[in-house]
Amino acid sequence: MTQFFTLEFIAMFTGFMLLVIGVWGMLTQKNLIKIVIGFSLFTTGLNIAIVSIAYIKNSTAPILDKAVDMANAGNLVADPLPQALVLTSIVIGLGVTALMLTYVLRMYKEKKSLDINSYTDLKW
Amino acid sequence: MIKKGLILLILVGFVTIISSLLINFKGNEELNPLARHYAEHGAAEVGAANLVTAVVVTYRGFDTLGEVTILFLAAAIVGFFLKVNNRDNEREASLRKTSEILITASTLLVPTIFMLGVYIFMNGHLTPGGGFQGGAVIATGMVLMIMAKPNVKFNHKLLAFLESVSGVGFVIIGVLGVLLAAGFLDNRILPLGNFGTLISAGAIPIIYVLIGLKVGSELTNILDSLKETQNEK
Repeated sequence: MTQFFTLEFIAMFTGFMLLVIGVWGMLTQKNLIKIVIGFSLFTTGLNIAIVSIAYIKNSTAPILDKAVDMANAGNLVADPLPQALVLTSIVIGLGVTALMLTYVLRMYKEKKSLDINSYTDLKW
Repeated sequence: MIKKGLILLILVGFVTIISSLLINFKGNEELNPLARHYAEHGAAEVGAANLVTAVVVTYRGFDTLGEVTILFLAAAIVGFFLKVNNRDNEREASLRKTSEILITASTLLVPTIFMLGVYIFMNGHLTPGGGFQGGAVIATGMVLMIMAKPNVKFNHKLLAFLESVSGVGFVIIGVLGVLLAAGFLDNRILPLGNFGTLISAGAIPIIYVLIGLKVGSELTNILDSLKETQNEK
């Protein structure tokens, strides 16, 4: 039972719930902006999950300074590689969100509606 | 009804697929061999105190080049989609007047925010932060400026110049790594210097300054395109 109250498990649970909420939002919401928000939640959840996988028990941030002895760094710091990949993923998530909001803006200009049900051009 | 059932089915399927991520998650006790190599030899090989920066800029520098390209593409597509053809110049005057508190505060805060952004990307190899974070902080300063003065005009030539020069500079430094050091984007084209000082870690500070300028100008471009749509008829 104690394993459910560790730092990394709480972080992983938060990421997992955000992933599920994001998918739910993307599938059920009718408002285009809310779909974009669902996507943002999905990316955030994914990032939190990756960072919590990278965490090592009782470790510190992978920055070598007074707190981290350089000779013993391998036993003191968290894994820097997933953190670097999450940095990439955050920036790309930002770009994609900006792009989707731009599409929403354009679609709204066409039909003056944010409801997904009024866009039936690709439906048969 | 069928639609709701399908949505439920997809959700349940999704949760089932990723549930082992949560159920079997135990947390790591120690680093895997690759991360151990980064932690133990990163300082000697790259010279950056911030190991995340060492991975982002040097070990996986090629990924970062791709990331910068994706951001550039996103900014270009946003600019393309929001291109304002029928600009209405009279509309600008009809925007609601900005509160005086915001205008006064922004004249004080905007330069400070820019300075913080520059500080963050110059110290990217020593402290938490780096080019992307610093560029994003600079863009938040731009948001404040747009909110305080909605009619502000950005110098597009300067933005495009900054963006292209920093992008080309990034690639040139990468190619110099092939010519002068071990490979593409190798940071040892410059001496590694004293560990933990501002001018150290070879080419990493230069690359991060270039990335910071590029990200800042790209995000400003996106903001500016979004702002310009207000003037459309």
